[in-house]
Amino acid sequence: MDKSIVNNYTANDRSSIIPLLQDIQDKFGYLPEQELQEASIHLGMPLSSIYGIATFYNQFRLTPLGKYVIRVCRGTACHVKGSAGILQALETELGIKAGCTTRDKLFTIETVACIGACSIAPVISVNDEYFGRLTVKEIPKIIKNFRNKSVKENIEIMETIGE
Amino acid sequence: MKTVDITINNIHLKAEEGLTILEAAKTIGIKIPTLCHMKDLFPSGACRICVVEVEGMKGLIPSCAYPVSNGMNVQTNSPRVRRARKTIVELLIENHPQDCLICVRNKNCELQDLSEIYGIREHRYSGESKSHAVDISSSSLERDPAKCILCGRCVRVCNEIQKIGAIDFTNRGFNSSVGTFYNKGLNVSNCILCGQCILVCPTAALREKSHLKEVTNALNNSKKLCIVQVAPAVRASIGEEFNMPIGLNVTGKLVTALRRLGFHKVFDTNFGADLTIMEEGSELIDRLSNNGVLPMFTSCCPGWIKYIEQNRPNLLNHVSSCKSPHEMEGALLKTYYAEKTGINSEDMFVVSIMPCTVKKYESTRPELTEEKLPDVDAVLTVRELVRLFKMAGIDFNDLPDDNFDNPLGESTGAAVIFGTTGGVMEAALRTAYFKITGKYMQDLELHDLRGMGGIKEASVIMNGKEIKVAVVNGIGNVGEILDRIEKGECDYKFIEVMACPGGCINGGGQPLHQQKDKILKRVQALYEIDTKSKHRMSHENESVIKIYEDYLEYPNSHRAHDILHTHYYNRQFIK
Repeated sequence: MDKSIVNNYTANDRSSIIPLLQDIQDKFGYLPEQELQEASIHLGMPLSSIYGIATFYNQFRLTPLGKYVIRVCRGTACHVKGSAGILQALETELGIKAGCTTRDKLFTIETVACIGACSIAPVISVNDEYFGRLTVKEIPKIIKNFRNKSVKENIEIMETIGE
Repeated sequence: MKTVDITINNIHLKAEEGLTILEAAKTIGIKIPTLCHMKDLFPSGACRICVVEVEGMKGLIPSCAYPVSNGMNVQTNSPRVRRARKTIVELLIENHPQDCLICVRNKNCELQDLSEIYGIREHRYSGESKSHAVDISSSSLERDPAKCILCGRCVRVCNEIQKIGAIDFTNRGFNSSVGTFYNKGLNVSNCILCGQCILVCPTAALREKSHLKEVTNALNNSKKLCIVQVAPAVRASIGEEFNMPIGLNVTGKLVTALRRLGFHKVFDTNFGADLTIMEEGSELIDRLSNNGVLPMFTSCCPGWIKYIEQNRPNLLNHVSSCKSPHEMEGALLKTYYAEKTGINSEDMFVVSIMPCTVKKYESTRPELTEEKLPDVDAVLTVRELVRLFKMAGIDFNDLPDDNFDNPLGESTGAAVIFGTTGGVMEAALRTAYFKITGKYMQDLELHDLRGMGGIKEASVIMNGKEIKVAVVNGIGNVGEILDRIEKGECDYKFIEVMACPGGCINGGGQPLHQQKDKILKRVQALYEIDTKSKHRMSHENESVIKIYEDYLEYPNSHRAHDILHTHYYNRQFIK
């Protein structure tokens, strides 16, 4: 069904592997195994080499993202303002390490070099929302709000189906 | 030949233009150590052990990747060079398991050698070391990434020579490792288990799956009749492991040594090879005269069979249905020989000594069985057999010669050349020519099919008809031929494929550290055995004639089909 992505690229041309992987990730949010197999056939490139590239570059991910992607700024200003503690608090709260997604597929933690909002350091972003001048104490509340938000959205969806 | 004037370690020399510093140094007897260099491949410069000092250059230069130029002044043994090399080796060792004494490559390890050469006597560095699980999933190979020094030789042989690409570098920085797709087991990768990666691995990161325990247990079991068979290519290489001249035929000593190990019967896989020619030749004649599927492929090489099953299952009907020679021999041992001698086939333990790692996997294939008993119970590589000989205190050099047991020990010159690329084709044509025309070929030696070319062609005129044949030397060259067949552009009638470059003589189960000139000497030994043979055509093998009279009736008979033929499956890797 997703033949369309690989068909945008010349067959047996290995040099297009990176843009092709980027396209796949844009569509799915990660690199699904099935898509990599199709890329392998289309470009005539061994699967192990594609996996090698996908694990070499930080931009590629092999697991799906959670509903809420938390980006923790680890830039210099945030670091000085204690972003290491913020990251640790998030990891403890969600029970996962940076780069991972919770089992309920709700949250993913990522670290980024600089969000560009140094004036409100330490800062994190959750999808499109930004939280600045954070303290460790606020973390559980933020997570709880997003959990509630998700439950509410799910109830709304159920109700629409019910009607 | 254009030359350049260079100085290496104060010695002036004229070096051929285009050589690297490493190659130029070698011509005047200066050895520069390296862990990643592979002859005939583009330099990768990964290990940096080969660094040298070049006058006027700021940093140290990797000599494997730097061409010589006029007026160059090189130092390969300055204190700075030695210090750099020593540090690299020390860092590699600190990130390597410290278990040399119990390692399968103990005393045969390139990292250990360098540690000795650079006199490393203490641990100067400490820090985190990588940890990886051993991949024991395949039935032929084991991969131990903890022992990997990331030289990349296995990746290059798999991708650039064999063109399989089962493994590649994954992750990066400290977390780099050589791995498969999603780091799954080799058993679910597209690996064909050829073992070429083992031959180039400097450490024990890649090794065969040992069958030594099974074999020693059987030898110690008084209720078992232990039977061993030896592949053609083994007799020309095993002597090397006992410091005998390269390319020496040691068949007689090998038989004696196997008897001393406790094997009750020592047979020759060459008998199975002669039988293969009878069956495969008849199948070819049948396909030629009855408009069968052509071209027909040989089926002796299990690596090739695994390749086509995984990659081009649509072409499986082109492959001969014959079992490989050692499986034929095993099948006959458990049927014909059991019946003839009155020994219960369940009490037999058949061991094949093979220059091959895929044969281990092949012996576990469920279709290669008689009455649910495997045709072959265990497969030992040449390296494993050498370990067994050393354990048993057998000094190969001083052994008397002995002969194979019969009836499954007699063979012709046609069988022994199975061990080298082109040999199966040459042997098949000798017999097919006779069967079709009723005459002997003018020249039994088909020189077009010999040598180390990737794809070799020949044509033979039989009864006025030209039959074109081809030999594929190394699985990396087969893709092109398969593409041509798919497009209907292939006019060959019969094609031999061997997965390892050079054939079994350079198989993944042979002694390590292969060099081209060494391989050619082994090949020469096989051709010499052929020339000196009483019979040089498989259909002249008296034991083979007798077995057809007594038991199998005629080639491709119903019974022969039952025992000596097999079938293949679609094992496509990507679904």
